[in-house]
Amino acid sequence: MNSLEFSLLVWLGGVAAGFLGSLTGLGGGIVIVPLLALWLGVDIRYAIGASLISIIATSSGAAAVYVKDGFTNFRIGMFLEIATTVGAMAGAFLAAKVAPSAIAVVFGVVLLYSAYQSNRPRPERPETAAPDPLATFLKMDSSYPTANGPQSYRVSNVPGGFSLMFVAGTLSGLLGIGSGAVKVLAMDQVMRIPFKVSTTTSTFMIGVTAAASAGVYLSRGYIDPALAMPVMLGVLAGSAVGARILARAETRILRIVFSLVILALGAELIYNGLTGRI
Amino acid sequence: MRAWGDDRVQRVIGTLLRWGVILAAAVVLAGGAMYFRSCGSTIPDYKVFRGEPPELRVVTGIVREAVSLNPLGLIQFGLLLLIATPLARVAFSVAAFALQRDRTYVVVTLFVLAVVLLGLTREGSNTVVPPDRFAPMCIASDAPPRSSHP
Repeated sequence: MNSLEFSLLVWLGGVAAGFLGSLTGLGGGIVIVPLLALWLGVDIRYAIGASLISIIATSSGAAAVYVKDGFTNFRIGMFLEIATTVGAMAGAFLAAKVAPSAIAVVFGVVLLYSAYQSNRPRPERPETAAPDPLATFLKMDSSYPTANGPQSYRVSNVPGGFSLMFVAGTLSGLLGIGSGAVKVLAMDQVMRIPFKVSTTTSTFMIGVTAAASAGVYLSRGYIDPALAMPVMLGVLAGSAVGARILARAETRILRIVFSLVILALGAELIYNGLTGRI
Repeated sequence: MRAWGDDRVQRVIGTLLRWGVILAAAVVLAGGAMYFRSCGSTIPDYKVFRGEPPELRVVTGIVREAVSLNPLGLIQFGLLLLIATPLARVAFSVAAFALQRDRTYVVVTLFVLAVVLLGLTREGSNTVVPPDRFAPMCIASDAPPRSSHP
């Protein structure tokens, strides 16, 4: 397999990552890291560098659409970015002190947990809930477009969501993934934000979280241009398609399919990490 | 001047993200085309981590390589533009919240911007870049692997 064929294969993986990442709010890293590290035999540090690029590409590419459409709640996103960026700095600092196989195992566990969480029922509490004083002060309550017109919603438990966002940021800095799963979880389950608002706001946020640790990875030589190039171009194409069908998409079905995929990949990463194959 | 309502801020953020991505993709695509012309038939090898050469690790080195039209330098410069896009979004948000006279969110976005900029410059600044070193573009299939870099 020469460079051109290899790049084409990676590009196709990027399209899939961008498509799934933009629809689920999980970010592209959850596909890119296993694809490169497990199937194509790429050293996990290069894979993590490329995945960081895929996260920023998914985020900016899809958020350009979501923000304009009114799905993304940019005030919630901006406020929670305090927790994710500080967490990402801490995680990137830790990454240099941990062995790649340990990172792979941790990543695998995160994947299994994401698969489990993404299939739990997510109650939404629009309008009827009592206003939360902190959410009101931070002007987080808003509305989003649905088939039946704009639907307003209220936000609860801001401190709880903020704490989980710090964990999400640390994971993304440590593993080079957007840990969008933890972000979606924090907004959807803890803060009781509607699912589509949670996923699109997660998509909006993961780019900034990733950018916060990009400098560290760049200076350590993890970001290989020839590898990141097809990843980035593929992810942009995939996320552009994904972002355009989100408004109509039945995310419940997608979530089931995707959680099965990350379940398998998570198990494989743990196995390879424990047996020292990474 | 029209008021800076949330709708308008959202539209500008959306436009900003779109153009940042388009610009970055165009540069990466140009670098990629040049890369494939000279290296398309070589065998890629990412099994062993060598790390990128020093000139592709820091902003000044990347800009220098991009200006001299080194394909890998050009791609890396496009990736820098991609990384800069969410930063530009945060920077614009600071201005937008200031125009809305929303002090809470000015402080919030300024803090985020400071943390991200700190992360970008923290380690890059103390990496030594040897002058006049050109990044190896690709490993020819019959050539020995490129040497490791400190």
